[in-house]
Amino acid sequence: MAIFSVYVVNKAGGLIYQLDHYAPRADTEKTFSFPLDLVLRPHDERVVVAFGQRDGIRVGHAVLAINGAEVNGRFTADGKDVLEFLGNPANYPVSIRFGRHRLSSNEKLMLASMFHSLFAIGSQLSPEVGSSGIEMLETDTFKLHCFQTLTGIKFVVLADPRQAGIDSLLRKIYEIYSDFALKNPFYSLEMPIRCELFDQNLKLALEVAEKAGPFGPGS
Amino acid sequence: MSRPPGRKQENHKISRELFVLTYGALVAQLCKDYEKDEDVNICLDRMGYGIGIRLIDDFLARSAVKKCRSYSETADMIAQVAFKMYLGVTASVSCSSAAGNEFSLILDKNPLVDFVEELPAERASLCYCNLLCGVIRGALEMVHLAAEVTFLQDRLKGDAVTEIGITFLRKAEDRKHKRNK
Repeated sequence: MAIFSVYVVNKAGGLIYQLDHYAPRADTEKTFSFPLDLVLRPHDERVVVAFGQRDGIRVGHAVLAINGAEVNGRFTADGKDVLEFLGNPANYPVSIRFGRHRLSSNEKLMLASMFHSLFAIGSQLSPEVGSSGIEMLETDTFKLHCFQTLTGIKFVVLADPRQAGIDSLLRKIYEIYSDFALKNPFYSLEMPIRCELFDQNLKLALEVAEKAGPFGPGS
Repeated sequence: MSRPPGRKQENHKISRELFVLTYGALVAQLCKDYEKDEDVNICLDRMGYGIGIRLIDDFLARSAVKKCRSYSETADMIAQVAFKMYLGVTASVSCSSAAGNEFSLILDKNPLVDFVEELPAERASLCYCNLLCGVIRGALEMVHLAAEVTFLQDRLKGDAVTEIGITFLRKAEDRKHKRNK
């Protein structure tokens, strides 16, 4: 039972708060000899595993470090292209660390504004007049819940599909926002939320919701 | 204010006298800072606006009300729910225009003026509670309802009751829809 992350999006679609709550994913580091039995390919700015899943290294995992030095996108720490480096038998045996690539803050900003647009499209596609936007997005590994207030702020929570009580959690987050962000006179509206009390109380609320498990919070 | 029982917080009650005194001190200081009554009124309205844009989310979060579908529903919501929640009094609503966009909220008791009898002679056109007008205006603006809020009658000025007039201006969304057609 887990709540993975919380996003708060302002009226214009900009991300004003983000919290990742899941435990850090385990990275796998292994030593390989030539030839490499994994198929790697470039994807966006990274080198990812395309085929040859084994031992905790899954398809989609990115190359995080080579021989202990973190890679910089598609290039090693000393500037060589990763795929070229791994294609050269002289560099073996080599120790490579694979893991799930974590979203950078820029990527999160982009995804938040994309979701904001999809939300608006969702309410317009509806055959009924005055429909709300996207309330839930379901996949096999997580559920995304979204709550838009009457003032236009969106609270988005990504959680385990079996986690219940997210609706009341979203309302609780709204209360926490109206208390610790809005009542802080030094917080300007629509700007990124940098309030310590907001962070603390949000984490507390997430823990309460997680403990309640699949039956929702007791109250 | 209602808070869910799970929260471990001491009951934060501040005395009403302190609140009324604070408001009085605010108005008194503004009167010292500005000579003209109009300036004081504008300043109070602006302060109220700053409060209103933040208060609306607090109101919506705690009262969990549904979206109002008409101006009269909105006026009722302000008079019965919001006033009760924040000032402890309710106001009565009357619609004062055929177009259905002008409303009056009539307050029998106004806690802010509990200790004020009447305005001094040199401050005859001061709207003592103009902060409330700003709060209502700011709150409505955040839910996309532009409105003009003023005091129509004021007990402090010798009228029988205190009356706040809310005039809903044409919504910007209506204009957008017309353009799309």
